[in-house]
Amino acid sequence: MADVTTTPDQVIANRGFSFRNALTAAEIDLRLLGMLLALAAILFGFNVLSGGTFLRPTNMATLAVQATGVAVLATGMVLVIVARNIDLSVGSVVGVIAMTYALLMTDWLPTFLGINSEFPFRWLIALGLGVAVGAVIGAVQGFIIAYVGVPSFVVTLGGLLSLRGVVWVMSQGAAVTGMDPTFQLMGGSAQGSIGGTLTWAAAAVGCLAVIGLLLYNRRQRRRFGFPLRPTWAELALGAVGCLAIIGLAAFANASYWPPGAATRYAQEHGIAEPAGGLKIPVGLPWPVVILIAVTVLMAFLATRRRFGRYVYAYGGNPEAAELAGINTRWTLLKIYVLMGVLCAVSAAIATARLNGATLDVGQSYELYVIAAAVVGGTSFAGGIGTIPGAVLGAFVMQALAYGLAYMGYNSPIQNIVAGVVLILAVGFDAYNRRRGGGS
Amino acid sequence: MAAAFPEPASPPRSSPEAAPIVEMRHIRVSFGGVHAVDDVSIDLREGEVIGLVGGNGAGKSTLMKALSGAHPPNAGQIIIDGKAVTIGNPRDAKLYNIETIYQNLALADNIDAPANVFLGRELTTVWGTMDDGAMEDATRRLMARLNPNFKRFAQPVKSLSGGQRQAVAIARAVHFNARILIMDEPTAALGPAETAQVRDLVRQLKNEGIGIFLISHDIHDVFDLSDRISVMYHGRLVATVTKDDVTADDVLGMIILGKAPGEVSRKELEGLKMPGELPSEVTS
Repeated sequence: MADVTTTPDQVIANRGFSFRNALTAAEIDLRLLGMLLALAAILFGFNVLSGGTFLRPTNMATLAVQATGVAVLATGMVLVIVARNIDLSVGSVVGVIAMTYALLMTDWLPTFLGINSEFPFRWLIALGLGVAVGAVIGAVQGFIIAYVGVPSFVVTLGGLLSLRGVVWVMSQGAAVTGMDPTFQLMGGSAQGSIGGTLTWAAAAVGCLAVIGLLLYNRRQRRRFGFPLRPTWAELALGAVGCLAIIGLAAFANASYWPPGAATRYAQEHGIAEPAGGLKIPVGLPWPVVILIAVTVLMAFLATRRRFGRYVYAYGGNPEAAELAGINTRWTLLKIYVLMGVLCAVSAAIATARLNGATLDVGQSYELYVIAAAVVGGTSFAGGIGTIPGAVLGAFVMQALAYGLAYMGYNSPIQNIVAGVVLILAVGFDAYNRRRGGGS
Repeated sequence: MAAAFPEPASPPRSSPEAAPIVEMRHIRVSFGGVHAVDDVSIDLREGEVIGLVGGNGAGKSTLMKALSGAHPPNAGQIIIDGKAVTIGNPRDAKLYNIETIYQNLALADNIDAPANVFLGRELTTVWGTMDDGAMEDATRRLMARLNPNFKRFAQPVKSLSGGQRQAVAIARAVHFNARILIMDEPTAALGPAETAQVRDLVRQLKNEGIGIFLISHDIHDVFDLSDRISVMYHGRLVATVTKDDVTADDVLGMIILGKAPGEVSRKELEGLKMPGELPSEVTS
C-alpha cells in the first residue's frame, strides 16, 4: 500500500489554496451545496420582498409541512428514474391509500373488525394496512414492468388513470372525514408537532449522528490506510453540521402554540397561566420528523445497501448489471414496492392534514414529484441522482410556490414560475456538466 | 476470501491426457431461426489457453456467451469436471467459477472501480451494509499488480482511460478465483504497452492453472498465447488444432475458407495468396 501515502495536506499544498480546493478537500458535494444556497437565496429573497415577515417560524413550518408530501415521494422517484424508469401513478396511488385510511377509520375498522374509536393503536393499524395496500399496488405495477416487460411509462400511466377512478368507486364520489385524533398528529398542526423538549432531544441525536458518522468514516479510512480528510475539514464539517441542526431546532422552537390552544392546555392541566399567556414551543412538526426519517432511511438504502448499488449500476448500464449476475428484474420490482410504501406515508400525511380524504388527494403529485427529483439533480439518462438532492429539490419548488402565494400571486403565476425554474435548473445542470466534464 | 492470485506449488501442465475442466458438446444457439452457433463441441483443460478465432459473425462470442450465461444455449450439453450442468444466467456461470471479460467490458460507468470489481458480489459488514473500505482495499491490491499507475479509485469509471477500464474489467474477472476465464478481444482497445501487460497476465494466469478461452482477431496474440486453436466459420466449428502442428497460414486459411488444412486444395491456397489478400506479416 505504498502508493497511497500522499497526505491530503500535500495534495492541497500542490494545488494552491482556494475556496474551491478547500471544498474539494472537505469532499463536499458542490451540487448539493449549490442547491442549499439557491434555497437560501429564494427564502431570503422573499423575506426582503415581504418586508421581513416571510422568514417567521410559523411560515417556515407551514412551508416545510406542505413540502413533505412531495418530498417523501421524491426520495423514491429518484431510484425509479435512476433505474431508467418512471412512475406516473404516484398521485393516484396516494389518492387510493388516502381514501383507504379515511374509510378504514370511519367505516371499515368499526364495521368489519369491531375496532371502534376506543381501540388502542387504531392509527397504527390503519397505517399498517395502508402501507400494505401501497406495497401491493407497487408490486403489481412492478411485476408488469419488470417481468412482463411492459414499459413503465405505459403501466404507470394506466395506473394514474384507473386508480383515480378507483378512488371515486371506493367512496361513491363522496369526501370522507373523521380521522382518529392520534392519526391527525401526522398532519402537523401546532398540536401535531413534537414540542420543545423532543425537538432539542432530536437535535442532540442529530449532532451525535453527524459526529459519529465523521468519526466512523475516518476510522474506516485509517483502517485501510486511505487518504484522510484534513483535520480542519473534519472539524469544520462537524461544527457546521451541528450548528445547522441546533439552529434549525432553535428556529422550530421559536414559534409557540396559538394563545387559545395554550390557554385551553393550561386549564386542562391545571397550570396557572403567567402574564402574557403560556408559551409552549411548537418544535418540529410531525410530518417533518417523518420526512427526516424517510430521507435518512432512503439514503441509507441507496448508498449503504446492495439494493441501492444495484439500482445505480442498473441505471448506469443495464446490460452490465445483468452480466454481473444481478437479479435486475427483482431489483426493479423492489423499487416499485418501495415507491408504493412511500405513497402510503405521503397519503398518511395528506389525510391527517385534511382530517379525511377527498376525491383529489394526490392529484398532479406525479408532476411535482418528478420535477422535484429532476431539479434535485436526477438525470433521465439513468444512473445519476441523490436522495438528499431530491428532497432539496422538493423544498426549492415548494419555497417558490409558497413565497409567490405569500406575495399574493395566484396559482397560474406559481405554475409559470415552477415550469420555468424546472427547465432552467436542468439546463444549468446540463451546461455545467458539459463544461466541467464531470459530475 | 482467498487471495487474488493463488500461487500453486507446482504449476499444472496441460497435457492431452488430462481430463478437461469444461466440455461444451453439440452446442446450438439460435436467434429466431438463425443458428448463430450450430453443433459446436469444444473443450478446455486446466492451465490451457484455447484461441478462438474466426471472421466477423462466425459465432465465437455467441459460443462463449452460452458458457458465461449471457445467452444460454438452445441445445447441447455443458460439462464441468465431468458433470453435466445447466447455465441459465450469469449467476450460474459464476457459481462454477467461470469469469468473463466482455469485449465491451460491461462496466457500469456511473460507479467507481471498487464498486464495479465487486458488482453483484459486494463485501458486507456484519450489519449487512456494504463494506466499501474493504472493497477499495482489495481493489487497490489487485490494481497494484494489474496496473500500478491506477490511482482513481473514487471516480466513476466513465472518467478512466481505455486501459484503466480494461484493468477494472480484468480485476473483476481474476479476483474471484476463476477456474475458467473467457477473454473476448482483451487487447482490441489497447496500446502496445498495455497489450504486452495483458499478454503477461494471460501467461501468469495460465501458469496458475486457470483455463482460458481467448477470442481474438490478432493472429499474433493467438499464436503467442494459445496451446490449441479452434476456428469457427459461419456458426460451425471448422477444427480445433494444436498450435505447434500448424502455421499462421493454415489458420488463416481455415478462417477465410472454413475448411480444415487437409481439406484445402492447392488452388484455394494459391487464391489466398493474392496480393493484398493477407497482411504481409502473416504470409511472410
